Amino acid sequence: MNPNLETDFSLSMRLLLVEDDHDAADYLRKAFREAGHVVDHAADGEDGLAHALDGKYDVMVVDRMLPIRDGLSLVAELRGRGDATPVLILSALGQVDDRVVGLRAGGDDYLPKPYAFTELLARVEALSRRGAPQAAETVYRVGDLELDRLAHRVTRAGKDIPLQPREFRLMEYLMRHAGQVVTRTMLLENVWDYHFDPQTNVIDVHVSRLRSKIDKGFDVPLIHTVRGAGYMVRVGMR
Amino acid sequence: MTFAQRLKFKRNPKIRRNLSRLVRTTGFKLLAVYLLVFAVFAVSMIAYVAWHTSQLIESQVSEKVEAEVRFLADQYRVGGVQRLVLVIDRRTRRPGSSIYLLTNYAGEVLASNVSELPIGLLDQPGTRVTAYRRSDEPGAKENLAFVEVFMLPGGYRLLVGRDIEDRDTLRQLVVRPAQVALVLILIMGLAGGIFVTRRVLKRIDSMTATSETIMAGDLTGRLTVDGSGDEFDRLAGSLNTMLERIEALMAGLKEVSDNIAHDLKTPLTRLRNRAEEALRGATSEEEWRRALETTIEESDGLIRTFDALLMIARAEAGQARDSMVDVDLADITENVAELYEPLADEQGLDLVTEIVPMSIHGMRELLAQALSNLIDNAIKYGRPADGARGLIRVTLVRDGAFAVLEVTDSGPGIADGDRDRVVERFVRLEASRSRPGSGLGLALVSAVARLHGGQLSFSDAGPGLRATLRLPAKAP
Repeated sequence: MNPNLETDFSLSMRLLLVEDDHDAADYLRKAFREAGHVVDHAADGEDGLAHALDGKYDVMVVDRMLPIRDGLSLVAELRGRGDATPVLILSALGQVDDRVVGLRAGGDDYLPKPYAFTELLARVEALSRRGAPQAAETVYRVGDLELDRLAHRVTRAGKDIPLQPREFRLMEYLMRHAGQVVTRTMLLENVWDYHFDPQTNVIDVHVSRLRSKIDKGFDVPLIHTVRGAGYMVRVGMR
Repeated sequence: MTFAQRLKFKRNPKIRRNLSRLVRTTGFKLLAVYLLVFAVFAVSMIAYVAWHTSQLIESQVSEKVEAEVRFLADQYRVGGVQRLVLVIDRRTRRPGSSIYLLTNYAGEVLASNVSELPIGLLDQPGTRVTAYRRSDEPGAKENLAFVEVFMLPGGYRLLVGRDIEDRDTLRQLVVRPAQVALVLILIMGLAGGIFVTRRVLKRIDSMTATSETIMAGDLTGRLTVDGSGDEFDRLAGSLNTMLERIEALMAGLKEVSDNIAHDLKTPLTRLRNRAEEALRGATSEEEWRRALETTIEESDGLIRTFDALLMIARAEAGQARDSMVDVDLADITENVAELYEPLADEQGLDLVTEIVPMSIHGMRELLAQALSNLIDNAIKYGRPADGARGLIRVTLVRDGAFAVLEVTDSGPGIADGDRDRVVERFVRLEASRSRPGSGLGLALVSAVARLHGGQLSFSDAGPGLRATLRLPAKAP
């Protein structure tokens, strides 16, 4: 595991993994456990649905193509029964319209295979509602940094920090997931609403611009780079 | 067809097969229908003409007989039977005269030019058609006549009539040639039809033969176009165009699979070598880690190349057209330019935009990716050779029914000869391939352009390269 990813057991999640490939399932189970999460595994869609209806999970990771009952039908059935547990759909189909189909079936996020585990972990943690500020909150706070979503104002230590509209949305997304790793693709998807791979470090440059506005002249940096994964906003980094 | 030929025809299955093939052709069937319709038409025409002719002659004959009767009645009124006999005698001597017969109460003939009549004819007054024989022409044959019989006071009986054998002769004159002509036309039509249909069959056969060679794998084969401009020529022409497209696609496919083999196998080999080397030679944990990290980097690159290939294949297959909607191209351009502006700035280039409102029917993601590839390219290669600060201009303007999206850089540009090659898959003009990139970026842009019914072209911006994306726009 990446040594920079800190294990904070207060954020430990109960996960349900529905994946029919045993090698992939074993690997994911091990990796999630190392990240401090509890993982249950089901190998087909019916079993997955039974598990999902049985237990209380924070997040479910569901493969799209499963034996007996496919992933999309599992999610649709779950939603039909009023279960709102966040679901991340894993799929070998990675085109934009496949993604749309997946989200329309009731998935909350969609990750095409092959993926980096850090990406999957970051997305699963972002889906969990633990530790993150509620979407309804109008003011996000991290240390002495404050972001007022209604007034579109960012202040640090009481001092106004003027931001461009896009920079504001970037900061807003980072702060909503304060304490969680946010990957570059998550930023591109959620701040710009694009799902392609830009091939270059476009996002890095945006973040470093933002960082120069937020952190410059302050002793404690708030925007951190998590090597090999993405970014995280929090007070201090071990 | 002689008997021997007929025998040969019956026995020779090849001729029979050919004939049945001929009869089954559309041309022949059409011809048969036409001939049938024509025959029905011609027969009713002839029948009508024949009927009309005989009607005309009959009315003429009866008119003549009536005039004759009126005249003879006048004569009778003036001079009685004596005068009638005199007039009839005079009249019968004229050539082509009518038929007359006058008898007294005892049935003795007073005046006549008739030698034979059916018995009892004179007993019933009125008009009828009857056979008769003339007496004034020696050896006259029995003819048909239209006659009228009168009873005169004093037991005298008068018969007046006209020969109607002429009527039948005339009918024969009109109908017979028409019948012969009809039969001749049918025979010639059939023969012509067979001739024409056989010609058509021949051309179809040659086209089929060519198609079979092509299907057998020889894609260079073409259908013959004889320049006559008929429907077969036009069909052959468009089939040839289709074949050219297929050949180009196949060639493209082969080239791409060669390129895939190269561009995927090279990094795969590197990947494998690194892993092997690490297994064999790595001693410290640091070295293990380094080897594994590069392995992951290499596989990420592979995945990117693979994704790009899939995307191009999808865009080129055109399936994506179903999910097209109206999108705000100005907004996409603005967004993508904004996304890349900090990167350009960091790399020493200014990015400026000039955008007019514009909507097109398309796919937002693909359009954004296409534009991002163009800008990415401009950032990579768009700086002036002297190392001064570069400039990227992103413009979106309307040109009639088209949206023209241009990305112009201030770099060294591309040599004239290479400009078309850059959109080919995997072509990277930089021989060393030192800068990152799958070599698929511009091929993807080109595929996206084609998917949207537009095209990608490059021109010299002197200095610099101008990439132009022309896409059909929605009306403003």
